[in-house]
Amino acid sequence: MSDQIASSGRRQFLAMATGAVGAAGVVVTAVPFVRSMQPAKDTLAMATTEVDISKVEPGQLIVVPWQGKPVFILRRTPEILGRIESERVELRDPDNEDPEGGENPSWFLKGDKKTRTFRSRRPEWYISSAICTHLGCVPLLREEPGTPDLGSDWPGGFYCPCHGSRYDLSGRVLAGYPAPRNLEIMEYKFLSDTRVLIG
Amino acid sequence: MLDYMMRTRLFKWVDERLEIGALIRSQATEYPAPNNLNYMWNFGSIAMVVLLLQVVTGIFLAMYYKPDAALAFDSVERIMREVNYGWLLRYMHAIGASAFFFVIYMHIGRGMYYGSYRKPRELLWIVGVLILLVMQGTAFFGYLLPWGQMSFWGATVISNLFGAIPWIGDFMVKLIRGGFAVADPTLNRFFSLHYLFPFILLAIVVLHLQALHVVHSNNPDGVDFKDLKDAARTVPFHPYYTVKDIFGVGVFFFFYAFFVFFEPTGWGYLLEADNFIRANPMQTPAEIKPLWYLTPWYAILRSFPWKLVGVAVMGASLGIVFFLPWLDRAKERSGRRRPIYREMLWVWFLAVFALAYCGMHRPTPALLLLSRAATAYYFLFFILLPWTSRLDDPKPEGA
Repeated sequence: MSDQIASSGRRQFLAMATGAVGAAGVVVTAVPFVRSMQPAKDTLAMATTEVDISKVEPGQLIVVPWQGKPVFILRRTPEILGRIESERVELRDPDNEDPEGGENPSWFLKGDKKTRTFRSRRPEWYISSAICTHLGCVPLLREEPGTPDLGSDWPGGFYCPCHGSRYDLSGRVLAGYPAPRNLEIMEYKFLSDTRVLIG
Repeated sequence: MLDYMMRTRLFKWVDERLEIGALIRSQATEYPAPNNLNYMWNFGSIAMVVLLLQVVTGIFLAMYYKPDAALAFDSVERIMREVNYGWLLRYMHAIGASAFFFVIYMHIGRGMYYGSYRKPRELLWIVGVLILLVMQGTAFFGYLLPWGQMSFWGATVISNLFGAIPWIGDFMVKLIRGGFAVADPTLNRFFSLHYLFPFILLAIVVLHLQALHVVHSNNPDGVDFKDLKDAARTVPFHPYYTVKDIFGVGVFFFFYAFFVFFEPTGWGYLLEADNFIRANPMQTPAEIKPLWYLTPWYAILRSFPWKLVGVAVMGASLGIVFFLPWLDRAKERSGRRRPIYREMLWVWFLAVFALAYCGMHRPTPALLLLSRAATAYYFLFFILLPWTSRLDDPKPEGA
C-alpha cells in the first residue's frame, strides 16, 4: 500500500516540499532558543572593571577579576626590567606575531620595540590575562632568577603548576613547554596614576 | 516520503539493530485508525506538542531563573529584559500552560461526549485523569516560581487547605512548605518538583499511548473498533492522521502565536496583573484566585462554609471522574446516538463554565448560589448517571 502512495511524482514532490518547509520551520524555531543561551545583555555590559593600584608595592603581584576571569597586575622594578632585556631564554613568540594571540589593543599592535618587549603601556606596570594559554590554570609568580628547581638561566617570570609551562616577566611563553602562546594582553588604560580601567 | 526514507541504507543499518522499522509499521504506517474521526480527535496530538513545548521552554528558562525568594522575581524580570529572546521564552511558557489546559479540556470533553471512556477504554480514561492530576500539580508548583503577589498568596491558600485534613493536616502543611509559611524553602522545593513532574507526565503519556494502541481509537459514531476493521472502515494512521494532526497543530499554532506575540497577558487571564508585583507576605491582594484553568475546583471549594467539607468535596469532584466508565450503563457509546445524555452533558459543561466564572470572581451571594447549584449539578450528573444513562436505550419489544 505504501508503494502506491509514493509512486506518484506529484505526491512525492508535495511530500518533499512539506518536509523542506517543516525543516526550515524547525531551524527558525531553534534560533531564539540557541540565541537565548548567548551571554545576556547585562552580562555583556559588565565589560570593564576599574582597579585601584595605589597599594601595590614594587615587585608585588595582584590578581583581579575582570569579566569573571583573572588578570595579573605586576608592578615591575627597574631591576626586573633590566632582566627582561638581558634574558637568555628561548621564547616561542618574542615579537608577539602569533595571529591567534587574542584581540590585542591597537597601542600594543602598533607599539615600538620597548612596548613589545615589555608588553605594556607603562613598563613599570605589567597587566595581562592570568590564564595559562595551555589549559587555563593561573600561573604562579616566580620572580627570583636562577632557582634550583627552575634552572640557573631562569630569568624570573611566571610558572604554571599544572603542566609546567613558563613565561618571562613580560608574559612571553618560553619554548619547550606545552603552552602555545604568550599571556594575552587585553585593552586597558590608566585613569590616573592610581587607577586603571581594564577592558 | 517516509517509505523513501525507510528504504535508505542508513535506515536499514539502524533497523537491523533497533527494529525501528517494525515500530514505525506497528505504530504508524500499519496502525489502523477509524476513517471517520473528526477534528475533536486532534486534541491529543496537539496536547503532546504543547507538552514538548513546555519542557523545552522550561529548560531554557531554567538556565536563567533563580529559585531563591530574594532573587526569583528579579530573575524573571531579567529574563524578560536582558536575556536574548527571554521575553519569548517566558511568554511561550506562560501561555503554553494555559494552552495545555485548554487543549486537555477539549480532549476530555471529546472523551465524555463520544463515550471514549467506555469499555474497553476504561484504563485509558483512568490514565488520562491521572495525567490531568499531574498537570494540575505541575501548574500549581510552577505558579509559585515568579514569586509575585498572586504566586505567593495562591500557594499560601492552597497549602493551607491541607491543614483541613484531620490529625495529619498540620504536619502535611509544614512538610509542603518546608517551614511555617510559604517562603524560600517552599520556593526551592516547588522548583525541584516543577522540573520533575513533567517528566513523570511524559512517562504517563507513554502509558496513555500504549493503552490506546491496544484498544485503538474510538470514533464519533461510537462503533466498535472490531466492527470498523471488519467493514474495512479503517485507514493507516500514517499518512492520513499524521497529516491531519500536523494540520491541526498548525491551526493551534496560529492561535497560540496570536497570544504569544500580540496579547501575551491574555487580557489579564493568562498573566495576571497582580503577579507583576513582588510577593509581600505582609499584604494580601484584593482577590486571590488561581488561573482560569483551576477556577472550577476553586469555586467548588468555596461553595461550602466548612473548610474540611470544601476540601473533601473538591477532592471528590476529581475522584468521581475516575468512575465514569462504570457509572455509564447506556447501550450506545457515542453521544451522537444518545440525545438525552447529550443534553445532560452540555448542561454539565455549562455547569463547569459557571463554576469557572464563579471561581474567577469574588463570592457574592448570587455567585455563591450559582456555584452551589453548579456543584450540585456537577455531582448529580455522575451520581444519577447509572439511571439516566439508560433513558436513551431503545424500549424493549412489547413494553
